[in-house]
Amino acid sequence: MHKTETTQDWLYTISPKRKMIDLNFKEIWRYRDLLFLFVKRDVITQYKQTVLGPLWYFIQPLFTSVIFTLIFNNLAAIPTGDGIPSFLFNLAGITSWNYFSSCLTGTSNTFTANRGIFGKVYFPRVITPLSVVVSNLIKFGIQLLVFTCFYLYFVFFTDKAENAVPQLAIVLLPVLIMFMGLFGLGFGMIISSLTTKYRDLTFLVGFGVQLLMYASAVMYPLSYFKEKVPEYAWLVEYNPMTTIIELFRYMTLGIGDFSMSNFMYAGLISITFFLIGLIIFNKTEKSFIDTV
Amino acid sequence: MKEQDIILKATNISKQYRLGVVGTGTISHDLNRWWSSIRGKDDPYLKVGESNDRSTKGESEYVWALKDINFEVKKGEVLGVIGKNGAGKSTLLKILSKVTGPTTGEIKTRGRIASLLEVGTGFHGEMTGRENIFLNGAILGMSKKEIKSKIDEIIEFSGCQRYIDTPVKRYSSGMTVRLAFAVAAFLEPEILVIDEVLAVGDVEFQKKAIGKMQDISRGEGRTVLFVSHNMAAVKSLCTRGIVLENGKIVFEGDSNASINFYLDNAYKMSSKPIFERKDRKGNFKLKIQDIYAENHQAIRVGELHSGEEYKIVFEYKKFKDIIPKQFTIVLQFKNENDEIVNTIATDEIGTVFNHIKDEGRIEIQIPKLQFREGNYSMNYMISEKPSFNTPHVVIDYLQDAFAMQVLKGDYWKSGILNRPKGFIQEASINIA
Repeated sequence: MHKTETTQDWLYTISPKRKMIDLNFKEIWRYRDLLFLFVKRDVITQYKQTVLGPLWYFIQPLFTSVIFTLIFNNLAAIPTGDGIPSFLFNLAGITSWNYFSSCLTGTSNTFTANRGIFGKVYFPRVITPLSVVVSNLIKFGIQLLVFTCFYLYFVFFTDKAENAVPQLAIVLLPVLIMFMGLFGLGFGMIISSLTTKYRDLTFLVGFGVQLLMYASAVMYPLSYFKEKVPEYAWLVEYNPMTTIIELFRYMTLGIGDFSMSNFMYAGLISITFFLIGLIIFNKTEKSFIDTV
Repeated sequence: MKEQDIILKATNISKQYRLGVVGTGTISHDLNRWWSSIRGKDDPYLKVGESNDRSTKGESEYVWALKDINFEVKKGEVLGVIGKNGAGKSTLLKILSKVTGPTTGEIKTRGRIASLLEVGTGFHGEMTGRENIFLNGAILGMSKKEIKSKIDEIIEFSGCQRYIDTPVKRYSSGMTVRLAFAVAAFLEPEILVIDEVLAVGDVEFQKKAIGKMQDISRGEGRTVLFVSHNMAAVKSLCTRGIVLENGKIVFEGDSNASINFYLDNAYKMSSKPIFERKDRKGNFKLKIQDIYAENHQAIRVGELHSGEEYKIVFEYKKFKDIIPKQFTIVLQFKNENDEIVNTIATDEIGTVFNHIKDEGRIEIQIPKLQFREGNYSMNYMISEKPSFNTPHVVIDYLQDAFAMQVLKGDYWKSGILNRPKGFIQEASINIA
């Protein structure tokens, strides 16, 4: 046998050194069935042994919207724009915020929550956070449907929603949803990688997400915040989630303004976070089992 | 050996672990590492590691779980990896199955490696057996189509037909293993890695599993790496073996030779005076100083004969007070395959001690030795135990503490020497 001939047909090599990004897309593609099965598992098992089952998908955003409307709009009198029901305004904010935050929290414990299985068998680790984003997309889809139902109700059965008109920019909605997902995924992957060594972050994520919600213009319009608290407005304004939520409300309800630069800003930030997340995640996945 | 036949080749595999608590100091270590990598130097913490001897306390906080492991596996070979707890077997398997990376060295393979999950990892309790077969198969790298084409065989092999549409959380642990093994057995990787799964499951299933593994390697020409404490399974399954000790390969050869080497080593250990042993555990309120056997004339003997009267003597020294009523001794006897074959336990017998002197002898009376010819090794555990169902508080525990060589004897006083292997059962036989 010739040595030259035989050294070439090694299928793969396990070695310690790694390139900066070592993503084997072919391998991820080979494991695509696993992605779908993980999604299926998440969707089926989440509400097993509950009485209301998938109804919980509706209950969460609806109740939160009702509470927000009561507190922020009726009690604190935050204006949501003429001819736009506050409830609808809040539902739009919460629906889009929920998708981002569930992607973030769902992926931020990838390594710690799955160490049992990661410690036993190899598959491209990135499948796990991806499956979280996809199964949350399904949940988001259902919630978007709820939002649409309420929207139609307000438009056709009441006269409160005369100004709630979807804008042409709604064609960009799928892209915007992708940005939300990528942003949550990227952020979550960064946190999940760092938590393998520094557990402090797990505590931070819990209330950090909540704090971030208040800084993301979920229950108030950005313009109102700028008008009332101008000195801290930058904090909210440069938060990419604010941009995303404002854009979402503009597309669906026609409130706020739309600019391509905002849209690009959201996209740029999301993709940057996603790439950084991917690199860090990739670096962590090989060694984490020794530190976790 | 033809180069083409080698399906897996490991060169200089080492794995370093950090001892103690991970967390404090990691930032500074990380920064040091980063700083030396910037200057193009080696990782400063790679030099300090020591060999992985559990029982001696090392200087540095880094330790080599594996050090310079080199081996080759041929196609269709069943390689047994044997070694004591902590010898580095599982680490090696983890590296092979890509769960964790090696610190140095590389492994080249010519085929897909799949590892058999331990009991039910990757199973989701809320999902049915059938759903879990798909999930588990996909985790192991099968496509949905592949699983679909084999699902009937998998279910049949697992023997869980009746429960297949029941959530796995209602399964017994044995059933979960059956299902897990069934999925992996029908996986078609070129290299299958198996870690001690056979310990669970009943005898019938173990036979089935071993049979299946033989089929896999012999019939289908696939390669298996098998890690186990079960010497009988290694013997019947493996064609070749490697023995690991403290992270190094100490022996490589055909499976019988490897098993003998491993057991000889364990046997040698048990012939070593016990005060020199460092692998003892417990709070040492009392410490065993010496163990030996005496015959009926109170003379120390090295070889025992079946059917004779003996005393096993433990000389002890007491260092702290022990409540005599809670004092428990458990002895386990192991055969040459490292299987426990007999146990003597005072809490089972119901022996209650009234007084423990500061120094003395514990004597275990054996009126008629029922062991047949062979080499046996004894573990002892001395503990305090308030009642039968409460856990032991270990005072002194040692594995392979005493080696016992038993020779043929005349148990029945019939003039015929007893056959080797196993036990002599007290019996009388009639035809009616």
